[in-house]
Amino acid sequence: MKERIVADVSRLSLHGTGSASTTWWGTLGFMLIEATGFALAIAVYLYLMSIAATWPTDAPAPDLLPGTLVALILIASVLPNYLVSQWAEREDLRKVRIGLVVMSILGMVPLIVRAFEFYALKVSWDTNAYGSIVWILLGLHTTHIITDLADTFVLAALMYTRHGRNRRRLGDVQDNAMYWNFVVVTWLPIYGCIYWIPRL
Amino acid sequence: MRDGETKRDVRDTDVDRPALEAALARIWNTPEGLWGALATVDHKIIGRRYIITAFVFLALGGVLAMLMRLQLAQPEARVLGPDRYNQIFTMHGSNMMFLFAVPVMEAVGVYLVPLMVGTRNIAFPRLNAFSYWIFLAGGALLWISFMLDMGPDVGWFAYVPLSGPQYGFGKRADIWAQMITFTELSALAVSVEIVVTILKQRAPGMSLDRIPLFVWSMLVTSFVVIMAMPAIMIASSTLILDRLVGTHLFNPAEGGDVLLWQHLFWFFGHPEVYIIFLPAVGMVSTMTATFARRPVFGYLAMVMALIATGILAFGLWVHHMFVTGLPRLGESFFTASSMAIAIPAGIQVFCWLATLWDGKPIFKTPLLFVIGFIVTFVIGGLTGVMVASVPFDTQVHDTYFVVAHFHYVLIGGAVFPLLGAIYYWFPKITGRMMSESLGRWSFWLIFIGFNMTFFPMHILGLQGMPRRIYTYQPDMPWHGLNLFVSVSSLILVAGFLLFFFDAIRSARRGLPAGDNPWDAPTLEWATSSPPPSFNFAYIPVVKAANPLWEQPDVLAVAGGLRINSRELIISTVAAAEPEARETSPRNSIWPFLAAVATTVMLIASIFTPWAVVWGSIPLAVALVGWFWPKGTPEDES
Repeated sequence: MKERIVADVSRLSLHGTGSASTTWWGTLGFMLIEATGFALAIAVYLYLMSIAATWPTDAPAPDLLPGTLVALILIASVLPNYLVSQWAEREDLRKVRIGLVVMSILGMVPLIVRAFEFYALKVSWDTNAYGSIVWILLGLHTTHIITDLADTFVLAALMYTRHGRNRRRLGDVQDNAMYWNFVVVTWLPIYGCIYWIPRL
Repeated sequence: MRDGETKRDVRDTDVDRPALEAALARIWNTPEGLWGALATVDHKIIGRRYIITAFVFLALGGVLAMLMRLQLAQPEARVLGPDRYNQIFTMHGSNMMFLFAVPVMEAVGVYLVPLMVGTRNIAFPRLNAFSYWIFLAGGALLWISFMLDMGPDVGWFAYVPLSGPQYGFGKRADIWAQMITFTELSALAVSVEIVVTILKQRAPGMSLDRIPLFVWSMLVTSFVVIMAMPAIMIASSTLILDRLVGTHLFNPAEGGDVLLWQHLFWFFGHPEVYIIFLPAVGMVSTMTATFARRPVFGYLAMVMALIATGILAFGLWVHHMFVTGLPRLGESFFTASSMAIAIPAGIQVFCWLATLWDGKPIFKTPLLFVIGFIVTFVIGGLTGVMVASVPFDTQVHDTYFVVAHFHYVLIGGAVFPLLGAIYYWFPKITGRMMSESLGRWSFWLIFIGFNMTFFPMHILGLQGMPRRIYTYQPDMPWHGLNLFVSVSSLILVAGFLLFFFDAIRSARRGLPAGDNPWDAPTLEWATSSPPPSFNFAYIPVVKAANPLWEQPDVLAVAGGLRINSRELIISTVAAAEPEARETSPRNSIWPFLAAVATTVMLIASIFTPWAVVWGSIPLAVALVGWFWPKGTPEDES
């Protein structure tokens, strides 16, 4: 077939940000998958509760302190996270580097408290179905904190190398910040499920 | 200088056509040899490999079916013992559903979607490569276990408590559950790639109302995968947890529930059949248009029907549980929804019929398979509406009536369109035509053989023959029909063997096809057969829904992309206006290495939960290696 050039795309910028970036959409797709998984896990919790004689089964309601602390720490982390994302959008590399180091440290704090949270559940995963589902819910969310934190570590290291001064890498920083928001937001319904439904 | 440019940047408009093709080939080609095979990120190479692998699994599943038919041809036969038979029907179902049907549909999408939307590669090409290796590993896990007499034997749906820790001895059920993890991971990855490719990498001008119907079907399917597969991931993972570390999700004695398994499984399991069916529907629309010589009648209705099917698919799952003792009112809802989904399917059938009626049909082999699909799928749909009724299903649940129903809708609804699609797109993939006369023979043998094999199963079911029995007594009235079914299946097999023979022979000796042997309207036919590694020398620009029919001699294209690095166009979601250029990754060995690390971790975790902890370290290393920039032009921009 003969071709006829009818458009010139050479003036388009290289690597869009936000909805013009494929990795942004990929992150959204991943968020949709994980959100569906979380929603199903909460549905399993509610299902098991609906067929249980007593709930929680053979266990007290979980201790509120560690879980609430994690919720507060995560909510507090949204502000520095937002700032890192803004600095990345403005391509301020120096601030992004500092911000990623802060987020790396900040991301470890909820994990430390989370370790205590598993004890605060006051039931083991192999005691009964109630114990199993609360450990599964908590474990699912913990996995997400760990993987996003690992991503943050790698990005922090990367932004200090010569590869850092690059719009694609700054886009990666923004996507990672978006995913951290997702980690925070998904904690809230799971927190409500584990800690407050037994108290209703 | 323009944004992101260096002094050495060369644009496609700076050179003449032969130099352009040479330059693009230099940066987009996959080198020959082992490294090229392991490191390629070319969606066409990966798609082809996926399709071939899926067809190998189809053949293996067919062998399992023939073993079952051999055993059931006579009452109290001794060809297969009960344990082997249990493994075989479990393998047949699991293999066909997880290793053939879903992957082959994804694979055809992986190959065709980037070409049909006019881009150079699928989105996230390395993830695409990774997903193939993971799929292969899952298939190998299942089949090697079967060869070692460790194959799962609990049915393709692995109901608890049979598959649970109390009754499911050994590691058989864990093999099944982890195979699920592999195949679902693979499908989820491909689905995200397809969604992003379709939404963001379409050719300028290809607005939403100009997207080919096959592409729409892959878009809807991908969303169904994303929303449905987490359910079975959770189910299979919690099954492993129950078996390995003592959780009690499915243990009624400690507050768990066996029906919870069924809900989780079928919440995925019903959308699963639409994941298989919807791409086939897209293929049918494509072939109908080409061979009716006119666009499909009712484009908007067809798109709405696809979307409606995708959404309704999530509201049917309890019809697999009608005899579990659930409340009657709840079951009635699912009767209504299961019947309702026949409406969008019916709309599509009428649109295809209208297209053929109003067109000037050319009855080449692909169209024969389309017509075979319409007849067979409609019959299956009729029995579907029958089993949607609770009282009727109470009679026929777990009998051969259901076996007949789902083979009619699966083979009619998915395999027939797939075979037609292979005849249709084989010329594009290989540059050669398959044989038209062998195609006719293959079609009629398969169509007649299929109906002779599966129609009698409706009667056997009504006569009370249960599913999953390894033999039956001579005083049951089932011998005659079972023998008839078994002999008829030889006709079906002959048709498939002829198809495979034709495909293998034509790949080397078929007639050269040229760019567009069918005079079809969609963009994949605007490039050579097979397409070059870079798909199109210039990205096409589209002004209408059937570009090659509206402007047959000249292809409108966009210029200005760089040719010293891999580059493609990002366009807006609705109107497909170009909004950015984007680089596309080069070949990389890291997806393969990451797949090896993932495989080791997942298989080891069948045996110990600590595998997840220790196995995540090499996986993390592989992922860092994958994403760490390598200093290529694409990384540095």
